[in-house]
Amino acid sequence: MQEEQQLRALIDDVRTGKLPRRGFIQQLVGLGLTAPMASMLLMHAGVAQSQPAPAYKPTKRGGGGTLKVLWWQGATLLQPHFANGTKDQEGSRIFYEPLAVWDNDGNLVPILAAEIPTRENGGLSADGKSVTWKLKKGVTWHDGQPFTADDCVFTWEYARDPATAAVTMGVYKDVKVEKLDSHTIKVSFAKPTPFWATAFVAAEGMVIPKHLFAAFAGAKSREAPTNLKPVGTGPYKFVDFKPGDMVRGEINTHYHMAMRPYFDAIEMKGGGDATSAARAVLQTGEFDYAWNLQVEDEVLKRMEAGGRGRAYVVPSGDIEFMQLNTTDPFTEVDGERASVKSKHFAFSDPAVRQAMALLADRQGIQDYIYGRTGYATANFLNNPPRFKSPNTKFEFSIDKASALLEGAGWKKGADGVREKGGKKLKFVHQTSINSTRQKEQAIIKQACQKAGVELELKAVTASVFFSSDVANPDTYGKFWADIQMYTTTMTQPDAERFMDQYLTDEVSNKANKWQGRNIVRWRSEEYDKAFHAAEVEFDPVKRAGLFIRMNDMVVKDGYIIPLVSRPRVRGASLKMVVPLSGWDLDFSALHNWFREA
Amino acid sequence: MGPYLLRRLLLAVPSLLGISVVLFTVLALAPGDPFGEMALNPNVPPEVRQALRIKFGLDDPVWQRYFRWLLAMLQGDWGFSFISRVDVDTLILQRVPVTLAVIGASQLLAMLIALPVGIYSAVKPYSWFDRIASSLAFVGFSLPTFFTGILLILVFSIKLDWLPFVYRADLSSTGWAWWSEQIRQSIMPVLVLGLFQGASWTRYVRSSMLDVIRLDHVTTARSKGLAERVVVIKHVVRNALIPVVTLVALTMPQVFGGAIVTEQIFRIPGIGSLLIDAILRNDTPVIMAVTFVFACLVIFFNLIADLLYGWLDPRIAFR
Repeated sequence: MQEEQQLRALIDDVRTGKLPRRGFIQQLVGLGLTAPMASMLLMHAGVAQSQPAPAYKPTKRGGGGTLKVLWWQGATLLQPHFANGTKDQEGSRIFYEPLAVWDNDGNLVPILAAEIPTRENGGLSADGKSVTWKLKKGVTWHDGQPFTADDCVFTWEYARDPATAAVTMGVYKDVKVEKLDSHTIKVSFAKPTPFWATAFVAAEGMVIPKHLFAAFAGAKSREAPTNLKPVGTGPYKFVDFKPGDMVRGEINTHYHMAMRPYFDAIEMKGGGDATSAARAVLQTGEFDYAWNLQVEDEVLKRMEAGGRGRAYVVPSGDIEFMQLNTTDPFTEVDGERASVKSKHFAFSDPAVRQAMALLADRQGIQDYIYGRTGYATANFLNNPPRFKSPNTKFEFSIDKASALLEGAGWKKGADGVREKGGKKLKFVHQTSINSTRQKEQAIIKQACQKAGVELELKAVTASVFFSSDVANPDTYGKFWADIQMYTTTMTQPDAERFMDQYLTDEVSNKANKWQGRNIVRWRSEEYDKAFHAAEVEFDPVKRAGLFIRMNDMVVKDGYIIPLVSRPRVRGASLKMVVPLSGWDLDFSALHNWFREA
Repeated sequence: MGPYLLRRLLLAVPSLLGISVVLFTVLALAPGDPFGEMALNPNVPPEVRQALRIKFGLDDPVWQRYFRWLLAMLQGDWGFSFISRVDVDTLILQRVPVTLAVIGASQLLAMLIALPVGIYSAVKPYSWFDRIASSLAFVGFSLPTFFTGILLILVFSIKLDWLPFVYRADLSSTGWAWWSEQIRQSIMPVLVLGLFQGASWTRYVRSSMLDVIRLDHVTTARSKGLAERVVVIKHVVRNALIPVVTLVALTMPQVFGGAIVTEQIFRIPGIGSLLIDAILRNDTPVIMAVTFVFACLVIFFNLIADLLYGWLDPRIAFR
């Protein structure tokens, strides 16, 4: 396999020092893999992790006053295994900690673990079926009880129990956790698992205390008083919580890391909207840090001009993209619209798909709408010399698109719309209601019009569009339109959960109540084979090669048109030092946050 | 008055039941479910959402869910939020003090403006004072609170940098520092709500005063040689206040509704923002409870208005 050889050559370059580690990771990120995945490739090849060196300056614990952070969607609960979304995970993360977290370069950084398991230290078994974690000694829960392997084993039992209905069940149900001694645990997998850092790592890995939750596992999980009064191992101890409004914590003077934390207390305020949150940090300086500033870059720049704070742009795996329907969304076949038995009248023609990609003015979308908050992206991968050039190419050309369509026999009619065999190139383009998305729609519509393609724009309320409501015809899962656009989020560093979006088994249809992950309904036997091979492939290099090939297959076929990659945007006051990671929670390194004098 | 009160309270029961049925049906028909946010996260297996739906009884028919809710409500069990899994009464009680403080202060301010300004305007109609007061009043109630709120933020927080625009319910300071911080953060929301309400009340006070000031008994009082101050306060204001008091009582529930917008702008953790969040997340038990509280307020203040009316004007009998 070509991809595999090139990858191996690259890894060798890193080992011999020809290619900087960071360069390798950037190239792989450019290929649609995540930094943590890239970092794990290097770990398996025996290349040591770079030493994460957050310049932490404070020389003693405390003394920093109150840290005031603003989450415009406030935390609604503080039990990490019930989290409705990241806001709840962040709120919980102030108090609870996982064994390890991801930093921005994709390194695993130990928190409650004594060290990161590797082949060298015996943490990773040769068959890839188990991981042995050594836990840090001398760590205590906020109530003074010692933290031991029992707590980890209990967290696993708690989360995997279907009666608990924990949102982290997916991570824990297929693994087995054993206690080897008071501070060592072994996580075993049913099959060789190349990407092993899921259980007890990052957002879904927060460990909860056995002595407080043991009586409330399973069906009684809601009744645990500790759900509302978290007792963790984190840098701050719980003080007060008002759902949706405020989480307050005070310094944990027995925190297990020396000289940390810097702040004496933390206040996480919720509510309001993104723009005024940006204002409170960047312009008036009422708050030290704000989460998720989904605000137009121009507005952010104007606020930054005040000189009180700055916006941080952290790369992540989220991509705003367009899907072209492979099926006919407007005719019922066997009682089902958009049935896989049907074919789209226009998009089944590769020339039309190519023309659509040429008509998506990515650069324009970046320049006029997103600015710093969205980078135009072509395809995650394609060009042949792809490992040499991290910049994939994309093009915007109305002329080329017109020529392509002309060549394929789509001629302009009297009304300026192209047609072939009585079928006009008129498409319904749908997305969620969101002022940026409507501007993107307008840009694309304009270009299409010039090339003789008519778009009917449709915008659906986000709460309907992204719902799983079976009765509603406008959900993105049904995709009863010709084209749709939204952001797909990479919620896990491993690509397996991301690439299952194009499996034949995952096709979203009536039988699975449109819950399937393959919304565009693209199907390929070759792809399915590659995916199933990747699932059991233990050699991480071969596996990464397979993912790259799969990515190629999808993107080259043209049913998917990536538009912009969307980094995370956060705001912090100028004096704050906030180590952020695009692959983990904002609070993944909260213990290292401080304010410069 | 006893039997009248009882009858009114009994009449309130069917209205409340009707309100709850309508609310519940509308909520059940609305798209989306409380676990929508989880649906977007592919790491959460669909069976988790299914298990939660079954656990919280969301898959039962609407009428079953309604009667279960009603029965629990009658026993004083308000249920728990699907989102935060906290008991609803705790959630509401957490937020009531803030709402009462902000709304109470703003209504007091409105009164303090409306009464003197309205009375003085009516005593000297079409004077310069009256003209200026009337124009300002028109401006006041024509500008919606979401506009004045943002305007104040722009001026006092961003340009002048005097006042904070994020309201914090639990300030960590104590003693005088607490009071000064509390007042600083309350000034803008209280002004926004108070001026809006005060402006319209000024107009009501003035017109109701003008109605009374022309009546014969006022002329009689004047011709008896009573001092102007006594005439105005004893013979005019008292009578003029009857319709005003009714109006104030009737607008109370609307104020709670109107405060929702102000609460959003200043991030005041009151019941209004609780309601908005719950609606956005399809958190049925919380929406039901909060709207139910609002419905009770409407009925309660209606009753108060009627009772006050009878007390101020003895000619009206409770029947």
